[in-house]
Amino acid sequence: MREINVDLVTKTVEELCIEANYKLPADVKKALEAAADMEESPLGKEILMDILRNAEIASKKRVPLCQDTGLAVVFLELGQDVRLVGGDLYEAINEGVRRGYTYGYLRKSSVDDPFLLRKNTGDNTPAVIHTTIVPGDRVKIIVAPKGGGSENMSALGMLKPSDGVEGIKRFVVDTVERAGSNPCPPIIVGVGIGGTIEVAALIAKRALLRTLGEHNPNPDVAALEDEMLREINRLGIGPQGLGGRTTALAVNIETHPAHIASMPVAVNIQCHAARHREAVI
Amino acid sequence: MTKKVNTPLSDETVENLEAGDRVLISGIIYTGRDAAHKRLAGMMERGEELPVDLKGQVIYYVGPCPAKPGQVIGSAGPTTSGRMDSFTPQLLDRGLKGMIGKGTRSKEVIDSIVKNKAVYFAAIGGAGALLAETIKEAEVVAFDDLGPEAVYRLRVEDFPAIVIIDCHGNNLYETGPKNFKLAGEEKQP
Repeated sequence: MREINVDLVTKTVEELCIEANYKLPADVKKALEAAADMEESPLGKEILMDILRNAEIASKKRVPLCQDTGLAVVFLELGQDVRLVGGDLYEAINEGVRRGYTYGYLRKSSVDDPFLLRKNTGDNTPAVIHTTIVPGDRVKIIVAPKGGGSENMSALGMLKPSDGVEGIKRFVVDTVERAGSNPCPPIIVGVGIGGTIEVAALIAKRALLRTLGEHNPNPDVAALEDEMLREINRLGIGPQGLGGRTTALAVNIETHPAHIASMPVAVNIQCHAARHREAVI
Repeated sequence: MTKKVNTPLSDETVENLEAGDRVLISGIIYTGRDAAHKRLAGMMERGEELPVDLKGQVIYYVGPCPAKPGQVIGSAGPTTSGRMDSFTPQLLDRGLKGMIGKGTRSKEVIDSIVKNKAVYFAAIGGAGALLAETIKEAEVVAFDDLGPEAVYRLRVEDFPAIVIIDCHGNNLYETGPKNFKLAGEEKQP
């Protein structure tokens, strides 16, 4: 058993919240540069250049890329040979979020109840925490701040198995078309197929963590990712929804075994400020 | 082409703007998003005086980040405008002339923009650090308790935006993507 003090978890989460919000991941920057080169719409090209300039300013001045610094979504991979000491793990994560959002001058975007008073909690807690237990004696922490604009355009459908690949494609492409300009395109489309209702949504979100340019290891699923990306970029929505070829930078699909009667499909939309940062302790 | 626009907006300025124009906005603008709109609507319903005279003014849908020491304001890009749609026509009837946000508007809002000779601009969503550089002064003028959702008075210089819906009802979100949509088997040129 390896002992880890939860104070280290707090400190790590604090740093990850700040760095994730100040720095655009290198793969996203590269994808945006490639899109700016290819974009046929002059206005679309200018917008992509402005988005890249924004990332430069944010990184240089150490300020958030976007004012919506998100709800703090935390993926925790906990090695089964780790013994956590020094306090409550989830409280330690929330303390990290509290410190990161306060000391990093990040916006606090969490309300305490969803439909009554909607009072801001003032420190961006609670975090949304997803834990998996894995072999080993390490703890991997991924912080993925998620903005409201793109999250609101996401969708979940309980499709019938007979809807097949065509049904899945239609559901995903229609969701993106309906979203239009709202989720700040160019977007990244996370798709979760299979499992139960909550698994589909969770793997769709997890799909957003994948490095751009990498495909699902199953060649059939990888081919579907390419096909859906092509179809989405034929919609003409373009950067910021003002017309152009770059509507999405990637479609990432994750799958899970499902019930004989079910084919859930979740689409989690991510804006171009596709923030996530990880550390292993 | 890029046009310079000064606030408050006159009828003449608004008439001169067309969907698709790039603009640089200078002058005073006010922030307001979900919670502030809800409060303003409540005040209007009760016949109370609003904290800001809306005549000729521009509302920017934004909830900025807190300012770091030495900064005027934190990152400050637009939020999705559609959530303000149900409140917007009554504000336009009160004299509001312009809105800055991102994303589509309802038919009721577009009709009200035409009726009141107003304009809807978009700023680049997700470019909060870039846009904050054009904000030279910021002061909370109402609803301080709402934190990032409070109403701020901002003085901006050459704030970059794009005219989306002009006073004739032309809508760049309709016309822009149409030029690039590929149908059926049509190949990308």
